[in-house]
Amino acid sequence: MSANPASRWGLRFLGLGYLTLLLLIPLVMIFYKTFEDGIGPPLDAVTSPDGLHALKLSLIMVAIAVPLNTIFGIGCALLLVRHKSRLNPVIDAVINLPFAVSPVVIGLSLFLLYGVGGWFAFVSEEGLKILFAVPGMVLASIFVSLPFVVRETVPVLQEIGTDQEQAASTLGANGWQTFWKVTLPSIRWGVAYGVVLTTARVLGEFGAVTIVSGSISGQTQTLPLFVEKQYQNFNQTGAYGASLVLALLALVTLFGMNLLKRKEDA
Amino acid sequence: MEAHPANLPAPTASRAGIRLPGIGTGVGGGMVMLYLSIIVLLPLAAVASEAFSLGIGHFWEQVTSPLAKKSLELTVVCSLIVVVLNGIFGTILAWLLVRDEFPGKSLINAVIDLPFALPTIVASLVLLTLYGNDSPIGIHLASTRAAVVVALMFVTLPFVVRAVQPLLLEMDREMEAAAASLGAGNFTIFRRIIFPNLLPGLGAGVALAFARALGEFGSVLLFAGGLPDTTVTSVFIRNQVESNNLAGASAVSMVLLFASLLLLGCVSLIQRWAIRHDRSSSEFIPTLAKDVGGHGGGN
Repeated sequence: MSANPASRWGLRFLGLGYLTLLLLIPLVMIFYKTFEDGIGPPLDAVTSPDGLHALKLSLIMVAIAVPLNTIFGIGCALLLVRHKSRLNPVIDAVINLPFAVSPVVIGLSLFLLYGVGGWFAFVSEEGLKILFAVPGMVLASIFVSLPFVVRETVPVLQEIGTDQEQAASTLGANGWQTFWKVTLPSIRWGVAYGVVLTTARVLGEFGAVTIVSGSISGQTQTLPLFVEKQYQNFNQTGAYGASLVLALLALVTLFGMNLLKRKEDA
Repeated sequence: MEAHPANLPAPTASRAGIRLPGIGTGVGGGMVMLYLSIIVLLPLAAVASEAFSLGIGHFWEQVTSPLAKKSLELTVVCSLIVVVLNGIFGTILAWLLVRDEFPGKSLINAVIDLPFALPTIVASLVLLTLYGNDSPIGIHLASTRAAVVVALMFVTLPFVVRAVQPLLLEMDREMEAAAASLGAGNFTIFRRIIFPNLLPGLGAGVALAFARALGEFGSVLLFAGGLPDTTVTSVFIRNQVESNNLAGASAVSMVLLFASLLLLGCVSLIQRWAIRHDRSSSEFIPTLAKDVGGHGGGN
């Protein structure tokens, strides 16, 4: 279909206009609103003790959730693709659950499991505080970002086939040798793509974390929770300062996604 | 989301004589199930248990309470409007990205994924500034149902574009040329040739967007607020948790969960159908997987 000039311009107008109103103007707005009153106020908000604490906590979430889900993701993908089992369809379905569940429901589920009267209430009674504390927020972050590495690794594993692994095994390599020297190098870009998505999701998670954390300033606030609190406290510049940090991280993510997609295709 | 590995002819490790860590011993499978149980299954089982803890009668009472019903209706109606809009605009954008040439195209292509990467609370804040009471362009939507629709449009925009784009890219243009040479106009070509070929991608993209819209929280929160008229289901659940009605929150959660699972089931069916009819090359499957994967941003 080679659209005539009139309908081509019409489609451009509709499509790009929609995109401009919905995505481009909002993106520019973040930058504009942050620096509306100069660089001082947003910088003060982000470098305030609560702001820095929120940033630190967000990084802690990433530091725990991302490695765990990466190791799990690679192992699970290997199992799904390289090992035939009756459990596979079950695992496959469960992996998709975090995508099907509203983040608020994820928060509620942890709240019920570890709260008073919950099945795992004994963990808190033994002295490890889960709810309104960092462990609960970590569990929420792991839950919401669980599928990414598996989902990105499975198709790559299917695509590379088993010839090289077979050759390695024939030549006497043991399981770990085959994995480190043959399998991992061939799936690395797929895994990396999954890691980028996992990191972005953990950094941005709001709904699930807000339910289990109670959003206590300087204690259980990640950056997205800090944004909400600043907004509620009528400190718009503070909210925008933290939003800008998150938006810049999102742009880095987009850049990384594009870069890795190209590497994967190459 | 991809075709289930079990259905593919790739030889399994043990049969091909491959040694890989944890495979074939049962240890790997056990650890995967343990991790999934602790992180995903037990928490969700706790919600199901809480939802039905006071009997099915009480469950039904909670789900059909006036406020719960209102929030569910609002969420479903808004999500439907959003997927129709994004179905249309998403297809147009995919067409522009594949068939059109204009300056800045690769930048636009990259920006499409922004809603996957941008935290939803940031989206909510910026939509509020742009279309709120102090709107610089004079559009006031804050705390209205229109705000719910706009917020959901923002977060679900990439789904349809990314599901339709690969199909459009792979499409055999000779069919269109043949139709044109037989005298078909542009609209006829679109309706009879392009649209049917895009249908599996469009269907999958719309279903994924719908599932995402049903559970969306962060982007709606600040922008649409929690007025009785703009309380979507996820905000309603949060309110119930805060007022300590956990059974009520769980009951409504189960409805959401069931609806999303149904939609994801539809996506699987569409994909299986697409593979069987070879509407698209294998390219379709990994790309879609990436889209699901692209939930990014967190809500």
